[in-house]
Amino acid sequence: MNQNLYLEDISNGMEIPTVKKDPTTQQLVKYAGASGDFYQIHYDMDYAKNNGLPGVILHGALKNAFLAQLLTDWIGPLGKLNKLEVQYRGMDLPGVPVYAKGNVKEISSDGTINCEIWLEKEDGEKTTVGKAIITLPSKN
Amino acid sequence: MTSENIPQDLINAIGIESSPLENDIEKGAIRRFAEAIEDSNPIYTDESYAKKLNYRSVVAPPTFLRSVLTNPLPDNIKSPYSAVVDGGSVWEYFEPVCAGDIITTKTKLQDVFDRDGRLGNMIFIIRVTSYTNQNSELVATQTTTSITYEPKEN
Repeated sequence: MNQNLYLEDISNGMEIPTVKKDPTTQQLVKYAGASGDFYQIHYDMDYAKNNGLPGVILHGALKNAFLAQLLTDWIGPLGKLNKLEVQYRGMDLPGVPVYAKGNVKEISSDGTINCEIWLEKEDGEKTTVGKAIITLPSKN
Repeated sequence: MTSENIPQDLINAIGIESSPLENDIEKGAIRRFAEAIEDSNPIYTDESYAKKLNYRSVVAPPTFLRSVLTNPLPDNIKSPYSAVVDGGSVWEYFEPVCAGDIITTKTKLQDVFDRDGRLGNMIFIIRVTSYTNQNSELVATQTTTSITYEPKEN
C-alpha cells in the first residue's frame, strides 16, 4: 500500500494526499480500550450532555493518530516522522467524517521537510491544526 | 511566571518528575491500537513485512506511546479548577518502537501558567513525558498541554 517517497519528489506547497476517516461511537470505544483513556465524554452520552457537550466527542489523541496516519501513509516505509505537533481547536463527533490534510511548507537546507497539517470537516471547519517535520531518503 | 490564580504549591512543583515506569511493548497491544485507529499499514501487524524493512518486529504507530503507562506526579500537583480539556500534544521521535521493546516512561511538570479566555481564567499545565528503551536510547518525548478551568453554573 505504501509507495516509497523521496526527497526529490517534494516541492514547496505540494499537497499531502488527503486521508478520510469515518469515526463511529464503536471506534471511540475501541480507542478508549486500546489507549486506556476512559474519560466518559468519549462514550457515555448522558455524561457528555451533562458536561455541556452536544454528545460524545472524539478523543483528541485519536485525532492526533489520524494526522499521524496522514503523514505515515504519505512518506511510506522509508520516510521518518521526526516531529508531530497538534492543537485541538474544535470538537469532532462520531458519525461526522473528517479529512486529514496537509501541505509542504518549507524544505530546509539540511533536507528536513516542514509540513502544515490539519483535520477538516466537510464544511471546511478546521477542528485540529498542527505541524510536522519529516525526513526522506534521497534517490542519489 | 507568577499569578494570583495559581497555587504556590503548583508553581513550586515545576521541574518535578514522576518515578520511572517500565512497560513491555506487546505485539497484540500494537495490533489492537492500529485496529482502533483504523490504520491498516502492515508495518503494525505483519511481522515478516516489518522485518524485511529491518525492524526487530512490528512497529508501534507514532501515537501508540499514548497508551503506555506513566507513574502519576504527586497528588498535590493539580489545578484548583475541576474541569480539564486536552489542548494538544507535541511529539518528537528519535528511534522506532517495536514489539518486544521495554519502554521506561518518566513525566516531568514542565510549566504552569494562566490565561483569561472564553472559559474564564484557565490554568495551563505542560507536562513532558520521555520514553526510553531497553538500550537506554531516548525513543520519543511527548509534551502535552492540559487546559483546566472552572465550569460556569448555567
